[in-house]
Amino acid sequence: MKAVITVIGKDTVGILHKVSGICAEYNANVVEVTQSVMQDMFAMIMLVDISAISKDFSEMVDRMTSLGEELGLSIHTMHEDIFNSMHSI
Amino acid sequence: MLNVYDILETIRMIQDECLDIRTITMGISLLDCIDTDIDKACDKVYDKIVRKAERLVPVGQQIEKEYGIPIINKRISVTPIAMLAAACPGSNPVKFAKALQRAADTCGVNFIGGYSALVHKGFSAGDIELIRSIPEALDVTDNICSSVNIGSTKSGINMDAVKLMGQIVKESAERTADRDCIGPAKLVVFCNAPEDNPFMAGAFHGVGEPDCEINVGVSGPGVVRSALSKYPDASIDEVADIIKKTAFKITRMGQLVGARASEELGVPFGIVDLSLAPTPAVGDSVAHILEEIGLETCGTHGTTAALALLNDAVKKGGVMASSHVGGLSGAFIPVSEDAGMIDAAVKGVLSLEKLEAMTAVCSVGLDMIAVPGDIAPETISAIIADEAAIGMVNTKTTAVRLIPAIGKKEGDTLEFGGLLGSGPVMSVKSSSAAKFINRGGRIPAPMHSLKN
Repeated sequence: MKAVITVIGKDTVGILHKVSGICAEYNANVVEVTQSVMQDMFAMIMLVDISAISKDFSEMVDRMTSLGEELGLSIHTMHEDIFNSMHSI
Repeated sequence: MLNVYDILETIRMIQDECLDIRTITMGISLLDCIDTDIDKACDKVYDKIVRKAERLVPVGQQIEKEYGIPIINKRISVTPIAMLAAACPGSNPVKFAKALQRAADTCGVNFIGGYSALVHKGFSAGDIELIRSIPEALDVTDNICSSVNIGSTKSGINMDAVKLMGQIVKESAERTADRDCIGPAKLVVFCNAPEDNPFMAGAFHGVGEPDCEINVGVSGPGVVRSALSKYPDASIDEVADIIKKTAFKITRMGQLVGARASEELGVPFGIVDLSLAPTPAVGDSVAHILEEIGLETCGTHGTTAALALLNDAVKKGGVMASSHVGGLSGAFIPVSEDAGMIDAAVKGVLSLEKLEAMTAVCSVGLDMIAVPGDIAPETISAIIADEAAIGMVNTKTTAVRLIPAIGKKEGDTLEFGGLLGSGPVMSVKSSSAAKFINRGGRIPAPMHSLKN
């Protein structure tokens, strides 16, 4: 079971650190990261394995959302099933 | 394998284009709650609904969070209450409406539908009492929806019921005149009503359905419009193809959420209703899709053809995306709930007559249309009869949800707020159909050969 975390917004120091810090806290293993910075816009998509997470997934979603609000970034944490079902037959 | 483009497309659909799951509706059979003592029956109704649906709202919220997709409504549909009212003659059926309201409050759902009667061939015990109690029921409750099926392709149109419903719609508006006539906004008059429809106000749980099931209604007019806007020079074939592909993606989301909800709640998954359901929000309009296809204003000449194309493509795309399809499935055209329809009506381009033509090629019917408050009940009946005839002859569902704007005239506006939006009062013909309506009886079912 995997989840996709997307982070979009103005680049600042430590975004990757803070997002992956929360993943570590919940025992969600980072499987893949795609990241790019265009001018000063930061865009990252992270695939994490949530099959062995220590707490409730929806709690982790809330943590990520509030981190996004704190840093002025848009952070979405969604179960991979939604992308799989929408884009593959 | 996931790719970046797909991920960003999904997020854009949800964030910017108002993609959402419009409703998860739990259908609950109340046939085992029938009792000759209405108070006992009401207690059974309350207990059964609360027992079955107590986790509906929390599970809906959990799925919303997990998949990051908004689920706007969590609703319940129940067995037509007229069947329960039949067992307790002499009692006021409004007691059932109050019991349903208590259950809605306890479960935290947005609406319960099923204060309904099926009278397409004639009235049986409980039907007349229930229909006569609809204005009171919609007045004293907030979250209960009512519907009456007055016709079908197989049985014709019950003109006695049509006459009665004209009076009921008017009375319901009068009773709620102090609240922008909200009563009839919760009342649908159907021909060929589907038994598994998850959308309000017409949802009820048919007798052929299982004891309990989950039905899902999707939405996403904004996504379709946005997809079309990228191809301004596409031919009509390409337009149909783009709509199909987009409808497929939208419906897959509904299928996923429905399957998940059914698994979590331990209730069978019924159907996905493949619908483009608009809201008054910016970028969530079916009228704007039609305008994107190439109409200057929705309602002008060409609207019926464009809508036929849209409706058909939505079904073709959606059917492959889901295991079972049902409900109303198609494009909805409620006037007050669609920003583009409201604008077109205010401009005078979209008329009641054009809407009637549009309903021949799309799902539902004359929906959420405000009409002058001094409209005669027979005129409402005549509008219902016209619409039912379209449904009966074309073997499709049609419905009428008219709101007589008491104390208002053409050009004024009713403000419902929320998903129900605001309705400009539209003009109706003043010439009377009273003699036709007062004849009573039943329009015979149409013939199914010699199709012309």
